[in-house]
Amino acid sequence: MGNLSVIFKRELASYFATPLAYIFIVIFLITNGIFTFELGGFFLRGQADLLPFFSFHPWLYLFMVPAIAMTLWADERKTGTIELLLTLPVRLRDAVLGKFLAAWALMGIALALTFPIWITVNYLGDPDNGVIFAAYLGSWFMAGGFLAIGSCISAATKNSVIAFILTVSLCFIFVIMGSPILLEAFPAWMPQVVVDAFAAMGFLTHYESIAKGVLDIRDLLFFAAFIGAWLFASAIVIEIKKAN
Amino acid sequence: MIEITHLSKQFEQFTAVDDLSFKVSEGEVLGFLGPNGAGKSTTMKIITGFLAPTSGSVKVDGHNIATDALAAKALMGYLPEGAPSYGDMTTLDFLRFVGEIRGYRGDELVQRVGRVLAEVELGSVALQKIETLSKGFKRRVGLAQAIMHDPKVLILDEPTDGLDPNQKQHVRELIKNLARDKIVIISTHILEEVSAVCTRAVIIANGRLVADGTPAELEASSKYHQAVNVRLTQPLELGGHLESLADVAGIEVDAEDRLSLRILAQAGKSIYSQVAKIAQEQNWPIAEMTVARGQLEDVFKQVTAGGARRG
Repeated sequence: MGNLSVIFKRELASYFATPLAYIFIVIFLITNGIFTFELGGFFLRGQADLLPFFSFHPWLYLFMVPAIAMTLWADERKTGTIELLLTLPVRLRDAVLGKFLAAWALMGIALALTFPIWITVNYLGDPDNGVIFAAYLGSWFMAGGFLAIGSCISAATKNSVIAFILTVSLCFIFVIMGSPILLEAFPAWMPQVVVDAFAAMGFLTHYESIAKGVLDIRDLLFFAAFIGAWLFASAIVIEIKKAN
Repeated sequence: MIEITHLSKQFEQFTAVDDLSFKVSEGEVLGFLGPNGAGKSTTMKIITGFLAPTSGSVKVDGHNIATDALAAKALMGYLPEGAPSYGDMTTLDFLRFVGEIRGYRGDELVQRVGRVLAEVELGSVALQKIETLSKGFKRRVGLAQAIMHDPKVLILDEPTDGLDPNQKQHVRELIKNLARDKIVIISTHILEEVSAVCTRAVIIANGRLVADGTPAELEASSKYHQAVNVRLTQPLELGGHLESLADVAGIEVDAEDRLSLRILAQAGKSIYSQVAKIAQEQNWPIAEMTVARGQLEDVFKQVTAGGARRG
């Protein structure tokens, strides 16, 4: 575990060594505010919950998370530091996980800094704080899912802009996978199992119930397994692509 | 001891390293030479465990880099080509990071970092971000991270590339001082560097080993070794006198001014006195007459051109 935490620390510090982390957090908070109050009608609804706040998160993450994820490995490959890192006595597993966890922690910090809205809703009414906590957790796990996709894509290219565009596209597909519009587009002869499996991979399928306050452990497990699978894929892609 | 056995690396259609075998033992400073694209960097990347070979093996003090990677990597210090480092970190933070990865904590970490900062003279830029440093300083930062743990094996990919003559001198001194009871492998295409710091030189071309020996041995294998260079004040008909000497291998006359002669010796023979005698007898109009030492450069050309033909 030693080297994992060393890499984690370095990565997290590097976000804050440049304006990147601050810009990310500020933009995240501003867009969150706009979505919640303007589009979500937080006050107009007259309900003491954070549904308008959480329900926009998939769309917010769609652009914010790939922006962080795109540099994860693409920059290491571009500057050649990947050669330095992987010839130090470090397990690839620790490097992949350490980098991912640092970026995920940055998401967590940004998310935690939305706490004033939690305070506000408690001041205005009497919300179910357990539900809100569960929704925060679910939102963070979903961000991790986006990030894990981004880690893998970033490992596949030296160009972080390409990584960004590909990650956004892929994340978009995973967000809408479970949506009715997409599911209805399936031809009728498609076996139900396939359609169900497809729907089960959708982020919205899992996230919507979390946002409403139904924290099913299976939904968290889905995101955890999803993250694990994409990080495993990242390691494989790094092994294949590091030579060029 | 590093043992490289039948190492090959194939990139799709292209063979970068082709059945390379050699050993390096403690105390040796091995100059790893070859034209661009000969497979130097690829070989170093395989030795340090960054790339996996297509076939063959690398053992560092008995630890196979493929199966016992962490133990082998712990023994090595590596300066990759271009000395990459994290530009957004300060020199100090970067070295602390590498030190922590190497397993140092607390006082020991502070000591190690402090010592290496002094050793490569980075103290003045310790708190500066690496991306703001000059090329020479960046190279030294790379060197510092490679030697911080006092590694048994030091692998440096073009350590002086892009440095000014003073910096080159400094880095060479540093390497010489480090080299005692260590294994050092330096890739370079600066041949004077090999004569300056290496105890042994290996030349590869097209991924194959084409020469291996001490710099002096390699120089001696040059066809220009012990050649006599003569500079005349006016053109001269040589007559058959030189050709009659058994130890003369050939004569090259400068095609342009016809005033410079290069009289080649048979391998291992010295011909200066014989040539001087003839020159005196024939009353050559001589401006200058010297004995040439073989140049690594010539050997390099001889063996790598041959390698290219084979490839």
